Amino acid sequence: MLGRTLQEVSAALKQGQITPVELCQKCLSLIKKTKFLNAYITISEEVALKQAEESEKRYKKGHSLGALDGIPVAVKDNFSTSGIETTCASNMLKGYVPPYNATVVQRLLDQGAVLMGKTNLDEFAMGSGSTDGVFGPVKNPWSYSKQYREKRKQKSHGENEDSNWLITGGSSGGSAAAVSAFTCFAALGSDTGGSTRNPAAHCGIVGFKPSYGLVSRHGLIPLVNSMDVPGILTRCVDDAATVLGVLAGHDPKDSTTIQDPGKPFMLSSLTDVSKLCIGIPKEYLVPELSSEVRSFWSKAANLFESEGAKVIEVSLPHTSYSIVCYHVLCTSEVASNMARFDGLEYGHRCDIDVSTEAMYAATRREGFNDVVRGRILAGNFFLLKENYANYFIKAQKVRRLIANDFVNVFNSGVDVLLTPTTLSEAVPYLEFIKEDNRTRSAQDDIFTQAVNMAGLPAVSVPVALSNQGLPVGLQFIGRAFCDQQLLTVAKWFEKQVQFPVIHLQELMDDCSSVFEIEKLASVSLKQ
Amino acid sequence: MAAPMLRGCCLGRCWALACIDSSSRHGRGAATGFTSSGKRGQSFVAQQPLLTAQKSRKGEHKWAAVVGLEIHAQIASNSKLFSGSQVHFAAPPNSLVSFFDASLPGTLPVLNRRCVEAAVMTGLALNCHINKKSLFDRKHYFYADLPAGYQITQQRLPIAVNGSLAYSVCVGKKWRQVITKTVRIKQIQLEQDSGKSLHDELRSQTLIDLNRAGVGLLEVVLEPDMSCGEEAATAVRELQLILQALGTSQANMAEGQLRVDANISVHHPGEPLGVRTEVKNLNSARFLARAIDYEIQRQINELENGCEILNETRSFDYKLGFMPEPNLPPLLLYDTASLPAGADPQQVINIDRIQEQLPELPSETREKLIQQYGILPEHSFALLNEVGLLEFFQNVIKETRAEPKKVTSWVLNIFLGFLKQRNLAVNESPVTPSVLAELLNLLDRKVISSAAAKQVFEELWRSKGKTPSQIVSERKLELMQDEEALERVCHAVMEGHPQVVMDTKRGNPRAINKLIGLVRKVTHNRADPTVIKEILEKQLSS
Repeated sequence: MLGRTLQEVSAALKQGQITPVELCQKCLSLIKKTKFLNAYITISEEVALKQAEESEKRYKKGHSLGALDGIPVAVKDNFSTSGIETTCASNMLKGYVPPYNATVVQRLLDQGAVLMGKTNLDEFAMGSGSTDGVFGPVKNPWSYSKQYREKRKQKSHGENEDSNWLITGGSSGGSAAAVSAFTCFAALGSDTGGSTRNPAAHCGIVGFKPSYGLVSRHGLIPLVNSMDVPGILTRCVDDAATVLGVLAGHDPKDSTTIQDPGKPFMLSSLTDVSKLCIGIPKEYLVPELSSEVRSFWSKAANLFESEGAKVIEVSLPHTSYSIVCYHVLCTSEVASNMARFDGLEYGHRCDIDVSTEAMYAATRREGFNDVVRGRILAGNFFLLKENYANYFIKAQKVRRLIANDFVNVFNSGVDVLLTPTTLSEAVPYLEFIKEDNRTRSAQDDIFTQAVNMAGLPAVSVPVALSNQGLPVGLQFIGRAFCDQQLLTVAKWFEKQVQFPVIHLQELMDDCSSVFEIEKLASVSLKQ
Repeated sequence: MAAPMLRGCCLGRCWALACIDSSSRHGRGAATGFTSSGKRGQSFVAQQPLLTAQKSRKGEHKWAAVVGLEIHAQIASNSKLFSGSQVHFAAPPNSLVSFFDASLPGTLPVLNRRCVEAAVMTGLALNCHINKKSLFDRKHYFYADLPAGYQITQQRLPIAVNGSLAYSVCVGKKWRQVITKTVRIKQIQLEQDSGKSLHDELRSQTLIDLNRAGVGLLEVVLEPDMSCGEEAATAVRELQLILQALGTSQANMAEGQLRVDANISVHHPGEPLGVRTEVKNLNSARFLARAIDYEIQRQINELENGCEILNETRSFDYKLGFMPEPNLPPLLLYDTASLPAGADPQQVINIDRIQEQLPELPSETREKLIQQYGILPEHSFALLNEVGLLEFFQNVIKETRAEPKKVTSWVLNIFLGFLKQRNLAVNESPVTPSVLAELLNLLDRKVISSAAAKQVFEELWRSKGKTPSQIVSERKLELMQDEEALERVCHAVMEGHPQVVMDTKRGNPRAINKLIGLVRKVTHNRADPTVIKEILEKQLSS
């Protein structure tokens, strides 16, 4: 049951094959068993069970609320959740319990979704590995998959297995791991430069970044306001569309959401791709791209072509400026956004009371990690009066050029762009931390970040396993607010590639088995 | 959620405190201060010796002062600029604070339509160009009463620009000559107010009250077109009246709804402008003119003594700049021509509609008063200077047959004098317009003398609820209508004061006044002096 998609389990709930409380309990027990993955910062067990009971009552009365009623979901710990601690994986917000729900959280709850907990991330979502949070790194469930372990056994012997676990990617690694390890059916991430799509690719699931302005940011603790978008992580494209249908639409609390009334996103099954034009941006073929990912990318292009789509090479000439441009804009907004964390109204406050300035300084030194402090420092440098025109204004202009690259390509008749999501499959933690956060983020965001500059929708879809038995994802980028068209194409592609299900037997050998749970489920169903 | 905070940070900015202590004891300080300032009004450059270098070695060198103003007016609106919190003065601390006002992470600004309309209306009233597209920016500085660490303002592209404000200064003997001056308005921008820091020296802590944090402000930037404190104060007073007429701000300085920063420099005419300094948070009218003039004099003295003027930058200016506010899209306004077809009226603001709704401005009101009642220009200023006085005046006029000039004199001299003495506002007066009108009618019909009328007025002040007629009859203040009786009194007085009668007959012009006074005294002021004089003259010549 836990291995099913959201749509499947929703159907099972409707048919009474399982009740919301049973489903919730199963997920809770798996969350506990997979605790070593460190996917969750807070498990909201009591709240979840209560919500599941409410849902169960609705099902019994025959007025369930919709596709999400009774469905266990998880939320990245940078979304405000009323009454539930929201930490951003930072000392600064340890113990901070928001008095309100983020709009996206509220919309999930209004549809009867059951909130299992808050998922781990890089501190304040600054990172691409989910390794730099105060609660420790998230472990990629694929580290414990049968597929990966078998490949490793063939290659190397006698190595310490435990120390070779893989990163999830980030910064929404907790959400990706939670969905990938079957502890929930959908999770919210956030996506500022690829933070939803990157871990989705590494964890073998679908990671969707909606168009900027389609989904409310109210209650999302910001990284870069002008690029942040709540992201959706699910096991298949249809599920992402279902969740999007619930989240999308104008929010009076977020002035950057579009005014058009939201409509449900029902994806048709595309049978004919011959009218599609797929663009392959030539600038995305970089030397750092692993040959395996490159070959999956080209196979995917061939697939479209063989099915009759028009596949053309396109140019996004300003791509190479994206990283440095992002660095300036991101750190500047970070410096501004982080100014509110002064220890006065909420969050951490140090014991130093010599003066207000000393209190500010010590509070912020204790509260933020090096990555956050480094970005604040850089951002304040760019925002200095004497630097503003040379850095911030220029970066904004470059951003416009990058956005225009996409506009030009889409105006030339391209419907969807096809690119890699990441340079390679997930790497072991020990490998990953050889580089600092900044270098890593710059490398890992290379295919995903320009999309945020332009506010476009993009989705990472798992394609296949690498030689190492690890998932590889490819990214589709669509026109602004053509999220539905984008997902329709992604759904077609998903169906063609038939990405394998993760086999977590070894994981379960350590902690008991998914299949045991499955058995229990069927037993309980019989009773 | 009064967050105790440590002392030691807010050195340069005590305005939260200043606005409380400056004039809270004198509720109407703002208005009264300005009334007198208008009377003294003279341009320093032309008439005051202040700007002349008195002990200068180059005595021929005159100094000219250049004064510009930044005025912050709190917008009169039910809720704050970007949040739904209510706006009230003197509410319990931290009782009007939304999640956004406390800068809880994840909260976003939502622009208050009323504040935008107030800005547009003010811009139109001040002859500004209204920008159909304006932008919001963050201005960064660390202050405990600025919870987000930045203020949302309009630095790059404000809502209104290039306006003007006309104000009048009375000059000449008896300030009978009214000169109209104009100051250019650089821009009007929408921005957030900060909270208040209360420094508890005793316990060495700072208490934060966020009730005011996020209240909408109109920052009106006046170009340095003024040359002394008097001009600045008068311009501010005119702006205050305009804001009050529009209803876009209550503009009560005592409650901090109108706060003024001045930038000041001096130079020799014809030479480049001098280094300017800032005098901040002038939130009392009494101090505005004085502080500016003091600073002008200080700068002159410094320069006379061969010193330099140092521009002491604001203590909170960390040179951290501005950044676009990413959570607010550009603010777009329309006029009837550009209004998109089928636009939801709730979602758009039509500048032309606001133009149509503009009320009568103070300058127009004054002009009307002069035309309608034939009163003097300076009286038209005086009538508008006090809250509610004009309405009082007009209500009296409606109900009395007395001449408008008589009414003006009574309202501005006697009535206002009584109020000032007792530090009362017009609406606190125990004498209502209809009561005063009745009194003036009695005077007009010559039922009572002018002196008796003043006596009645005083009595009205003490014994609320009595009508002037009641007081007149109780105190027997009616003018003596019985001429024979008056003749008898006059005769008796003359009999009793032969020396004065003699003086009068010898041609001492003052002597008859003495006789008149004596008669009035005997009649308890109930006789009309002109009638007395007639009788006396008749009797003296007989």
